[in-house]
Amino acid sequence: MQKTIEIENLSVNYGKHNAIDDISLFACKGEILGVIGPANSGKTTFLKCINRTIDFTSTSKVNGTVKVGGENVREMTSVHDLRRRIGMVFPLPVGLPLTIYDNVAYAPRMAGVRDKDELDELVETCLKQSALWDEVKDRLDSLGTKLSGGQQQRLTIARALSHRPEILCLDEFSIAVDPVTTMRIEDVLVELKKEITIVLVTNLVQQARRLSDRVAFMNQSKLVEFDEVDTIFGENPKEKLTFDYVRGYFG
Amino acid sequence: MPLIPKTDGGSIHWTLLREKIIEILIYISGFSAIIFVFSIFAFIFKEASGFVFSHETDWSFFFFNAAWQPLPEESATYGAFSMIIGTISVTLVAMLIAVPFGLGLAVLVSEFCSPKIKETLKIVIELLAAIPSVVWGFVGLKLMNYVLVNFFGAQVGSNLFNGGIVLALMSLPIIVSIAEDAFKAVPDSYREAAEALGATKWQVVYKVLFPAAKNGLLAAVLLGVGRAVGETMAVLMCTGHNLNNPFSSEFPFLNIFDPIRTLTASIAAELGEAPRGSEHWQALFALGLLLFAIIFVINLTADLVVRGIKQEES
Amino acid sequence: MFQETPLIQKKNRQQTIARTIFMIMAVLAIIPLITIFIYLFYKGSPALSWEFVSEFPRRRMTEGGIFPAILGTFYMVALSLIIATPIGVLAAVYLNEYAGNNWFTRIVNLAVVNLAGVPSIVHALFGLGTFVMFMNGPCLLAASLTLAIMTLPVIIASTKQALEAVPMSFREASWNLGASKWQTIRTLVLPNSFSGILTGIILQVSRAAGETAPIMFTGALYFRKQLPDSIFDQSMALSMHLYTVATQGSQIPEKIQFGTAIVLLGLVLIINAASISLRVYFRSRKKW
Repeated sequence: MQKTIEIENLSVNYGKHNAIDDISLFACKGEILGVIGPANSGKTTFLKCINRTIDFTSTSKVNGTVKVGGENVREMTSVHDLRRRIGMVFPLPVGLPLTIYDNVAYAPRMAGVRDKDELDELVETCLKQSALWDEVKDRLDSLGTKLSGGQQQRLTIARALSHRPEILCLDEFSIAVDPVTTMRIEDVLVELKKEITIVLVTNLVQQARRLSDRVAFMNQSKLVEFDEVDTIFGENPKEKLTFDYVRGYFG
Repeated sequence: MPLIPKTDGGSIHWTLLREKIIEILIYISGFSAIIFVFSIFAFIFKEASGFVFSHETDWSFFFFNAAWQPLPEESATYGAFSMIIGTISVTLVAMLIAVPFGLGLAVLVSEFCSPKIKETLKIVIELLAAIPSVVWGFVGLKLMNYVLVNFFGAQVGSNLFNGGIVLALMSLPIIVSIAEDAFKAVPDSYREAAEALGATKWQVVYKVLFPAAKNGLLAAVLLGVGRAVGETMAVLMCTGHNLNNPFSSEFPFLNIFDPIRTLTASIAAELGEAPRGSEHWQALFALGLLLFAIIFVINLTADLVVRGIKQEES
Repeated sequence: MFQETPLIQKKNRQQTIARTIFMIMAVLAIIPLITIFIYLFYKGSPALSWEFVSEFPRRRMTEGGIFPAILGTFYMVALSLIIATPIGVLAAVYLNEYAGNNWFTRIVNLAVVNLAGVPSIVHALFGLGTFVMFMNGPCLLAASLTLAIMTLPVIIASTKQALEAVPMSFREASWNLGASKWQTIRTLVLPNSFSGILTGIILQVSRAAGETAPIMFTGALYFRKQLPDSIFDQSMALSMHLYTVATQGSQIPEKIQFGTAIVLLGLVLIINAASISLRVYFRSRKKW
């Protein structure tokens, strides 16, 4: 089992507010790591630490180590290279005000890919992977911002895949998407995890159960339990809190 | 799955270098405003320094004596009192007209009219702001002059009132736009709450909006004052350009049909005749320094007032 | 329906009165404006002809046209914008994209506000004390530099507003895709604020064209037989010409005075109207 993300004793503070308190976990290639927990438990902050977009929040203070592919992200010389290795999808879809084609080709172009054929192929593959190709293949030059919410979210996923990331992080991707599209994206994720690592932050407990291989349960900035999906959702998780949460007794 | 081919080291290097250069340019440009403000002060101070540091310069004379007689050179006296009074009086007249009109228009635009009228009014105000000051001066000189002499019985048409009206029209746009911003910044929930309690729109305006937006309105007036104090060509052309004190101890305390002369107009009118580096030249730069200081204080106050609002909000 | 109580009737009356007073105020502010336009056009239209804008002045400006003044204004405005636009746009990029929320940024902002408030005649003094001095006398370049410093803060302010209108989420998405800060600005922020920046700059064209005080002593002169040969020559300018014909010498016919005023005012208003309609056009095809 190849560990692609390793997190050791990670803590994050925003001023006095403690967003993440001393968590350690890992994610492996070929698996989906589900991160569940009630609102404000530090899940999004956790994702921001992986690709270091936490740096843009000037009040944040990070302790502990985050390793991607065995390398400490704090010690990497090019933060842009790091971000190119990680795809990010956020709760609300953001179609960039570019054409659909340019949306998907954005990251490769920024990374220096100029070859037209290569880009064409990449755009097609990514849009197919995110189950959007059939709907947009005839209008690749229309604006990405004019797509519907569910289509935009899939466009965001296509974009996140466009730089061939080793890791794909999704933060509550289904909030702005209808159930049918959610199911389609879930199928896509199952397909994708064969080749890459997926971190799925979700507040839908059943979604985590359906998709994840390992689950981390966070509550009030702390990691309550981190184990294989069957243990977390089984009859005997280590913590009573986990048992209560996955059965909907609180949260 | 093929990973994106890393661009070869050389070209990455160039891209990074180019980015660094552009970012340095951005930083330099960012600081340029500071550099310019500072150098405006420094260079004007440098030119004025001969006058400012001269032992012969009597500051109480400069500020409180009305005798500004650059010629003949041997017996020249530089008393700026009349010009300071001139600037104050014309600004006062302008604001007495522009503030009620400006605030009224701002209320109308932000609270009372339909979106269509609002758009039209805003465009009219924008066009008003676009008219060059020399054209305003021309209008004052030709049209207002005629009107004041023939319909108001003024002795001379180019006078304080003429300049005041022209300045009022000129500072109207800035007052309206800043005041409208201030009204816009008042949360809609305030209006809704007041209307839910049965207040009419008018009551909302003077019981809720005015108190809530008072800092923004003050800033609007201050910036209008700044505009009026600094205006040059229009006042040069339509105030008569005469050293005079229009205030009097008898009613109505201000002779609005007196010609006056302002700080800005004096510089514009005399700078062409003053030999470079002469005492006259230095005295004119000293007037410029005084103007710079006045405007600086006004802008600083307006900025602090506006910042006050922002802090209250957050 | 509800019975109107006397109190409500009183309130409604009050509201109607308030509304009427504000409307009258608006009309009172607009009427003089219209009067001025009509008056100027009425008096100046006899002078307007193709010859007036394409010929040189003759017989001490009592006859002929104002071509050199129009051309001089064009040169000064164009040169000043070439200087001020890059600095202004980059400064706005600094303020909106790079500057942190700290005391230094406050000082920069304060400097911009103050620079915008500096009276035009003080700018003239500055130009006279620096550019004219360095160039050994007034010239086109000195006048344009003075105008550039004057327009700079307004370009910064309008550009900053345009940059602020680009949603933060676009930048975040771009950063998450591995684009650097400048790449994000170049490919997303600037293209999407381009329309706002452009209309702001066009507005500055009209402002700069009308300025008189800053160019009076730094590069514009009353009368010159030839057109300027280089940027180190002096030149006539439209605003300066209007000031001169209006105040110096009473033998200049009225129609030339009013004609000059109309050409200047017309030019400024046309550029302004262009900026406004461009803004409306861009707004109608917003991309998000």
